[in-house]
Amino acid sequence: MKDSTDNLIETRALSVTFGEGASANRVVNEVSFHIVRGEAYGLIGESGCGKSTILQALVGLNTAYDGAILYDGQEVPHRREKSFFRKVQMVFQDPYASLHPRKIVHQVLLEPLRIHGFDQHEERISAVLDAVGLGRDFRYRYPHELSGGQRQRVAIARALIIEPETLLLDEPTSALDVSVQAEILNLLKKLRRERKLTYLMVTHDLAVVTHICGRVGMMNQGEIIEELSADEIRDLRAVKDYTRVFLAASIGSRASRSISQEVLPL
Amino acid sequence: MDRPLIAIEDLRIRFPGAHRSNDAVRGISFTIGREKVGIVGESGSGKSLTGRAILKLTPNSARITARRMEFDGIDLLSASERQMRSIRGNRISMILQDPKFSLNPLMRVGNQIIEAYRLHHRVDVGEAKRRALAMLEAVHIREPERVFRQFPHEVSGGMGQRIMIAMMLIPEPDLIIADEPTSALDVTVRRQVLSILDELLTRRGTGLMFISHDLNLVADFCDRVLVMYAGRIMEDIPARDLHKAQHPYTRALLDSLPRLDHPVDELKIPSRDPAWLLEDTADEGAVA
Ligand SMILES: Nc1ncnc2c1ncn2[C@@H]1O[C@H](COP(=O)(O)OP(=O)(O)OP(=O)(O)O)[C@@H](O)[C@H]1O
Ligand SMILES: Nc1ncnc2c1ncn2[C@@H]1O[C@H](COP(=O)(O)OP(=O)(O)OP(=O)(O)O)[C@@H](O)[C@H]1O
Ligand SMILES: [Mg+2]
Ligand SMILES: [Mg+2]
Repeated sequence: MKDSTDNLIETRALSVTFGEGASANRVVNEVSFHIVRGEAYGLIGESGCGKSTILQALVGLNTAYDGAILYDGQEVPHRREKSFFRKVQMVFQDPYASLHPRKIVHQVLLEPLRIHGFDQHEERISAVLDAVGLGRDFRYRYPHELSGGQRQRVAIARALIIEPETLLLDEPTSALDVSVQAEILNLLKKLRRERKLTYLMVTHDLAVVTHICGRVGMMNQGEIIEELSADEIRDLRAVKDYTRVFLAASIGSRASRSISQEVLPL
Repeated sequence: MDRPLIAIEDLRIRFPGAHRSNDAVRGISFTIGREKVGIVGESGSGKSLTGRAILKLTPNSARITARRMEFDGIDLLSASERQMRSIRGNRISMILQDPKFSLNPLMRVGNQIIEAYRLHHRVDVGEAKRRALAMLEAVHIREPERVFRQFPHEVSGGMGQRIMIAMMLIPEPDLIIADEPTSALDVTVRRQVLSILDELLTRRGTGLMFISHDLNLVADFCDRVLVMYAGRIMEDIPARDLHKAQHPYTRALLDSLPRLDHPVDELKIPSRDPAWLLEDTADEGAVA
């Protein structure tokens, strides 16, 4: 049966527990939220609060969850089918762990094209490398011959190359310098505009999350405790005390303010 | 004050290739004293390689030359592998950009910290464990007892970074090279961790080479900042003056940041001027 709503992603009481018995540790606790098709949704929260764990359950890397995950109105099986990955791709938090060390960039990008039966391999590979700002020469490099930011761009290219409709992005720009970050964020915005992509983005950078996402879930200890709009975050208009403290601390610290702001009286 | 901890002149790092060589670092000179020096700049500009070159941890294929490369008066270029091992173990600590890779994947986090601790301090296992737990607490890890029993793949991104920070402080080194040590931390935790780091650095007079892409953070935390672009240093300025930076590349970096208080539809992207590659010294093979 298909839901009548426009929700592309939905979780119902999603829970993830690591370990068993006395050492069991529930790190995601009955989380229910939804993302409408074409929406960009952000997840923020302290380190260790369960953000990456939610993404791993959504993308099917962790099949041992409780509750339900719905995609496009239908519950997905715990073990995802190939067709699911055609639609949903993920960019991992750690660009070092996510690329196979013995595969050159060309192979990394070719594989998903083969698996999902795409044509025009060379054209697509060139186009996607261009889009993430890597020259053609990078094609023949191994991951260990790339800097951190270059690896992350390969990981983003691999996710984009099969033209998915949903991207799960775990700190996609935290390994990037600010100029490349700007290019990638502009690219993400453009793709969403042109292809109606749907995003779920985890980041600890409030300026990044409000730049990309319209709606943001505030997490604390495995739960989404409230949802805010980008404007509400900017104005610190939160309902829960925890959120207010978290936002104020993030913004209040000099380190999160723009430097130019301190000299330019804006 | 006396001689700097690190003195580097005209450092070059090249990857020779069959078709064309890749000049990753192209003649940079700088010093680091008992101070906090931030290194920022474009992805691929040679920040990590420069840090690794000081410890002679660059890939085998890299060709390194320099007119001078010294640590506390020791000539690193001619230092033997044995000398380097002792420097790495005792006098310079490095946090690599890929924190979890530097931990042993098959060993519980706690045992690794205990082992590292006992390598540098004459204490029994019980005492080492107590100190190790205290260190995890110091970097604001909740439930350190639980994290102690976890394997590296079981900790979150931000926890991995904090474990690395705790480990690198163990030998009480003279210099710390930290490559993006806090990129996975939320602002609150980051500030707490940095203030602990700052306190320890100040107390022991430790030097810090802080590689980061976070301009605001570096301006705030460091004393001096080097701005790199395409294997060169564009600018070497006091951190408090970063917002007044003159170099167009540094300005462009500052302008490309998204801002909470000033939403824009599209972020500015620096236009790169080929002249930046040619500046000052005659530079053979600069444009590969
Ligand atoms: N495979 C695992 N086994 C046991 N515990 C795990 C495992 N993976 C994650 N955890 C624990 O689950 C909790 C949440 O981890 P998660 O990676 O989701 O955090 P996060 O919100 O993404 O944090 P960060 O911002 O630091 O990346 C942490 O306490 C972590 O130690
Ligand atoms: N083993 C290698 N073979 C060939 N080129 C390499 C190798 N290792 C690094 N490089 C190249 O050297 C340049 C500098 O790399 P480095 O890792 O120092 O960059 P970085 O400034 O730390 O960038 P990032 O901010 O993305 O981490 C990059 O262009 C990279 O592709
Ligand atoms: Mg995470
Ligand atoms: Mg690097």
